[in-house]
Amino acid sequence: MKILNLGLGLLTVAAMFSCRSDDNGNKSQGALSSNNAEKVYVAPGEHDEYYAFVSGGYSGNLTVYGLPSGRMFKEIPVFSQFPTSGYGYSEETKPMLNTSHGFIPWGDSHHPDISQTEGVTDGRWIFINENNTPRIARIDLETFETTEIIEVPNSAGNHSSSFVTENTEYVVAGTRFSVPVPQEDISIKEYKGKFKGALSFISVDPENGGMDIKFQLMMPGFNYDLSHPGRGQSHGWFFFTTYNTEEANTLLEVNASQNDKDFIAAVNWKKIEEYVNNGGGKMMPAKYAHNVYDHDTHVGTSTMKEEVRVINPSDVPGAVFLLPTPKSPHGCDVSPDGQYIVGNGKLSANLTVHSFPKMLEAIENEKFDGDAYGIPILSFEDVLAGQVEQAGLGPLHTEFDDKGNAYTTFFISSEVVKWKLDTWEVVDRKPTYYSVGHLTIPGGNSREPDGKYMFAMNKITKDRYLPTGPELEHSAQLYDISGEKMELILDFPTHGEPHYAAAIKADKVAPNSKKFYKLADNKHPHAAKSEADTKVVRDGKEVHVYLTTIRSHFSPDNIEGIKVGDKVYFHITNLEQDFDVPHGFAVIGQNNSELLIMPGQTKTTVWEPKQVGVWPFYCTDFCSALHQEMQGYIRVSPEDSDIELDWSLGEDVE
Amino acid sequence: MKAASAIMIIGSALLLSLFIYPLWTVELEAPQYPDGLGMYIHLDGLQGFTEYDLNNIDGLNHYIGMQKLPKPTDMWEFQTFPIVVGIMAGLGILIGLLGFFKVVTYKWFLGWLILMTVLGVAGMYDFNAWLVDYGTNLDPKAIIKVVDKEGNPFSYKPPLLGSRDILNFTAVSYPALGGILLTVGMFLTFVAYLVGLKRAK
Repeated sequence: MKILNLGLGLLTVAAMFSCRSDDNGNKSQGALSSNNAEKVYVAPGEHDEYYAFVSGGYSGNLTVYGLPSGRMFKEIPVFSQFPTSGYGYSEETKPMLNTSHGFIPWGDSHHPDISQTEGVTDGRWIFINENNTPRIARIDLETFETTEIIEVPNSAGNHSSSFVTENTEYVVAGTRFSVPVPQEDISIKEYKGKFKGALSFISVDPENGGMDIKFQLMMPGFNYDLSHPGRGQSHGWFFFTTYNTEEANTLLEVNASQNDKDFIAAVNWKKIEEYVNNGGGKMMPAKYAHNVYDHDTHVGTSTMKEEVRVINPSDVPGAVFLLPTPKSPHGCDVSPDGQYIVGNGKLSANLTVHSFPKMLEAIENEKFDGDAYGIPILSFEDVLAGQVEQAGLGPLHTEFDDKGNAYTTFFISSEVVKWKLDTWEVVDRKPTYYSVGHLTIPGGNSREPDGKYMFAMNKITKDRYLPTGPELEHSAQLYDISGEKMELILDFPTHGEPHYAAAIKADKVAPNSKKFYKLADNKHPHAAKSEADTKVVRDGKEVHVYLTTIRSHFSPDNIEGIKVGDKVYFHITNLEQDFDVPHGFAVIGQNNSELLIMPGQTKTTVWEPKQVGVWPFYCTDFCSALHQEMQGYIRVSPEDSDIELDWSLGEDVE
Repeated sequence: MKAASAIMIIGSALLLSLFIYPLWTVELEAPQYPDGLGMYIHLDGLQGFTEYDLNNIDGLNHYIGMQKLPKPTDMWEFQTFPIVVGIMAGLGILIGLLGFFKVVTYKWFLGWLILMTVLGVAGMYDFNAWLVDYGTNLDPKAIIKVVDKEGNPFSYKPPLLGSRDILNFTAVSYPALGGILLTVGMFLTFVAYLVGLKRAK
């Protein structure tokens, strides 16, 4: 013990010396661990400074974290059924997961992006894309619930999505996999020329956020990997990285890695918008679902759309250009002032940075280096602003701070590299644990980044926590980037495989967060807004139970006259009008999930009893000291029984 | 006498603020309610801190069998008090005016104050009696029945003034802006009397 103490003592002394001897170097190094603990410590009862909305990857959802604590607050169900709340199981939310392929219980969520006003995050909505069955969702940041999902037709592998323009005019969705448009039964070998890559511009209603596909740009059959809007001087343009410009349809890991340079496609969406507003483009038949959740009725509805407007880029001269960019670029990131477009060439040793003014100049002078399917190609040298030489291996994504620095993740060398815009020199590099994919700086893809924290989200699941068997969650690292050198200050686990995250100052969102729904505003067609309104109604084999909850009973809590073979709809309204008094509902033998009903809300679950008997239902959410008493019984009689419907609450016990 | 009469008018007119501001505040504090829960007592009824507070207080109170908080129509006081206060304010202003034109002497100011004090004490007595009834007249089928150390039913009566721990809540009662202005007003009428007295000598 004494030896150990002595050992620690010596270490402390050594640390003090090393700190002192490093006066002109990194001063904070010596006191690193204690300082860093303070930096991420958010005392009980205090709030984090930032919200981070972290993509839930193949969970299909979106998770909400606090920074700098790294604490997870909530998982918002988006593209996947979520038994915790009944999302995707309740009658009201099943339509949210409807698509042209029918009901889909799962999604692969990717890139969250917060709505912007004048190039700055405004905290109204957050958008996120589903990669597998192409969709874009909008989540309302007053309720933190998914309120709208639109399917993207003619698209496959919805990956270069869902990024918003400077005033949220559009949320943009690009296809990673090109497909025949319209779909047809042809040989896969007919890829070249026949397959198209759709870039979809989805307009967003400035008042209510409602989404509508304004147009789809039918690009050559490349893979459109990532994208970002221009901002400031480049507002009105959108940039997409491409790979597989070889147009290979098999063994892409080899065949799509042959070209020395692929492209960044620069799209002048303002020009195309004008063309469309003047009647340009043509409507083509396309089936896609548009699902909207109404917070007054608490009901989602799915509408199948029949057509979409498509634009052939060669019909709008001067709207689309290709910028040669080395080696299958992945991330496509635009600097806060909109001057630079960074192409993260994932197989290149150098990072390529294009200049927007130089691009405009080259276009002006019509200095083209050929074309691809009629789309002019600019010359690499003409648009190049600079290159970050030998920065690392496998660059994927870049974000920016407010001091003229960029931060790029390197997957293969497992590090984040900080470099300077304009001079292209590397300033600092810090390892990640391990194999980083995305990184996020609050506002890091807007005009006004907040250069205080940066977090890196890793791609492989090996982490530095207690082991939990072969399958692990992912891990992220939080860095303090307020100084010249980045400092690792926290490891925290993330859920699913996060593909990007969006972070925002808490005070832009927290004050708007709703506490409960007003019962008076509840327009659900099956709501019972008081116990007097509760009833049980039979309609053939369907039985509708209008049930209410309030601490701590259901009304009614005794129901008779249900028969085997009935389809029983429990429409449950939570009459509470106070923050944090949800009630749950579950009935034995339910073939779906429970319901978790917020105050003032109505939710519906279907129960199809298969056995005669008296079956209990109960509240699943510990609601009060009398929660354990919050239960009821429902009697199920044989199919040919003539027992009449009957319901009651609190009849005197005999 | 002019100054005394002016003070009398101002003092009694301050009673009218009770038609705008609440008389009293009752606050319930518990860790689960970081935003607070409570109500304002107006001359003509109760008002929650938020539109839901009265319902939520009733919801909590049902466990211990307390009566629901009264609606304006449930208590005669909520109809009578505004009339009494209106009349007293009018009377005070009238006495002030009459004093100004030397129709009555400063002694009327004191007379008004004594009447107002009697009415005020009666009002407080009535309010306290309601609090006692509200806190002790409980539903015999109450879900939770609490007894004190002597084995008698626990009283949930909120304090008239000050704070008291009631189970997991601390109830705090204190005058609201209307109540404060009422007190200031009554004090001013006493000042009016003193000024009148001094000038008369």
